[in-house]
Amino acid sequence: MAVTAWTPAETAAKVMNEEKVFILDVRNEDAFQDWKIESEHFEYLNIPYFDMLDGVEDVVEQLPKDKDILVVCAKVGSSEMVADMLSDEGLDVAYLEGGMKAWSEHLEPVKVGDIPGGALYQFLRLGKGCLSYMAVSNGEAVVIDAVRMTDTFEAFAQKQGAVIKHVLDTHLHADHISGGRMLAENTGASYWLPPKDAGEVTFRYEPLEDEQTIAFGETEVAVHAVYSPGHTIGSTSFIMNQQYLFSGDILFVDSIGRPDLAGKAEDWVADLRNTLYQTYASLSKDLIVLPAHFMNMSEIGDDHTVKAELGELFKKNHGLNMEDEEAFRRTVTENLPPQPNSHEEIRQTNMGKITPEEEKQREMEIGPNRCAVQQ
Amino acid sequence: MEAAQMIDAKGMACPMPIVKTKKAMDKLDSGDVLELRATDQGAKADVAAWSKSTGHELLEQKEEGGVLTFWIKKK
Repeated sequence: MAVTAWTPAETAAKVMNEEKVFILDVRNEDAFQDWKIESEHFEYLNIPYFDMLDGVEDVVEQLPKDKDILVVCAKVGSSEMVADMLSDEGLDVAYLEGGMKAWSEHLEPVKVGDIPGGALYQFLRLGKGCLSYMAVSNGEAVVIDAVRMTDTFEAFAQKQGAVIKHVLDTHLHADHISGGRMLAENTGASYWLPPKDAGEVTFRYEPLEDEQTIAFGETEVAVHAVYSPGHTIGSTSFIMNQQYLFSGDILFVDSIGRPDLAGKAEDWVADLRNTLYQTYASLSKDLIVLPAHFMNMSEIGDDHTVKAELGELFKKNHGLNMEDEEAFRRTVTENLPPQPNSHEEIRQTNMGKITPEEEKQREMEIGPNRCAVQQ
Repeated sequence: MEAAQMIDAKGMACPMPIVKTKKAMDKLDSGDVLELRATDQGAKADVAAWSKSTGHELLEQKEEGGVLTFWIKKK
C-alpha cells in the first residue's frame, strides 16, 4: 500500500483544522514524553523504532483502520523505515517529512486583523508554543519577537511587498533563540531591545525605552513601548494602533509570566505584580492581548490565532485575579519548574556571547517551554 | 576495550546505526562485546534506550572529535 510524506505545513493544517489523526511516534520514550505534536484531536502510540526491527505485525493490530496514520521520528529516517514496513503489511500510512526537527521549526502564519495600510499577522510555532508577529503597513513591516527561522519572515515580507524596517524583542529570551538580530542584519532593519535586558550584549542595538514610539507605515499604527518588568527586569510591552497589546512573556491567554531567573524571583515578583495589577490594569480593556507564547492548543481560537481582550483576561485569567499579594508571591516564586541548562546557553546566544552552529542551536531549543505560571 | 566486532556507522543517519548494530548483535554470542562508532548525535539516547529495551548492557561510551563510540555487551 501507499506511503505518503506529510510536510510540517500539511501536518500543521491538520492540527489547526482539528482533524483526527493517529500518531505513531517511533522516537524513544524519553523524547516522546518530553514533547510531541500536540492536538486534542490526535491519538498517540509511542513505540520506539528499534523495537520494530523484527517486524510490525504486533503493531498493526494496535493501529486504527478509519483514521489517517502519521509516523513520526526525530529527523525522518526511522519514520520512513517504519512507514515502509507498515505499508508492506497492507496499510496506508504517512510519515512526517523532516521529523520533529522540522516540526519544531515550522511557523504557521495567521492573519490577526487589518490595520491602517495593511494587516497584522501572528506566526505560530506549533512545535514549541512560541508566537512571533509581523505588522505590515504601506509597504513597511515591523517584526516582534522573531524566532530563529528568519527565512520565514523575510519570505513573508517579500510576498507582502514589504520591507522590514524594525525588529523588536519584548525581552531577552531564555527559552528560545531569538532571530531578531539576524533578521535585522539580513534586512538592514533596526534591532530594538530593552536596555535593562541588554547590559551584556555584544552587538549594537537600539534601546527600547519606556514610552518610546517607533513609527512605520501609516502614522497611527506606530508602536508604543510600555515598560513592564517582572518576567525579566527589562520586559517591555508594545501597544500598536491603540488596538493591540503585545505582552511578551508577562501575560498569556491562560496564565501569567513568571520571573525568568529563579535566583531573581523574589526581587522581581513586586515588578510583576505592579506590571499586571497597576500598569496593565490602567490600560484600555478593549486592547487585544497578543502574547509571545501559548501553552496549550486550546488557547488557539476558532480564527486560528492566540489572542484575547484585556478586559476578558481581567475577568477570567486566574493570575490577574489574585487579590492577596502574598498568595501571588508564592504562586510565581514557589515551585518554579527547573530551568534546563540550555537556558543559560540560549541567553548567552541571544546576547551574542556565543554563536553555536545551527545543529547545536536546534538541540538547545528542544523540550517543552516553561515560561508561565498556571494555577 | 576488547570487542568481538566493530560496527562503523559514522556518517549514517538514524535508524542505520541501530539497524546495523542489531543485525551484528543477532550473530554474536551472549557475553560478547560489540563496538559501535557513530556520528549521529541521536545515537546517544537511542543506543541507551535500545540497550535497555533489549537487555544488552551498555558498558561504556565516549565522544571524541565528534565520533561517538559505544561498547555494548550482548545479554
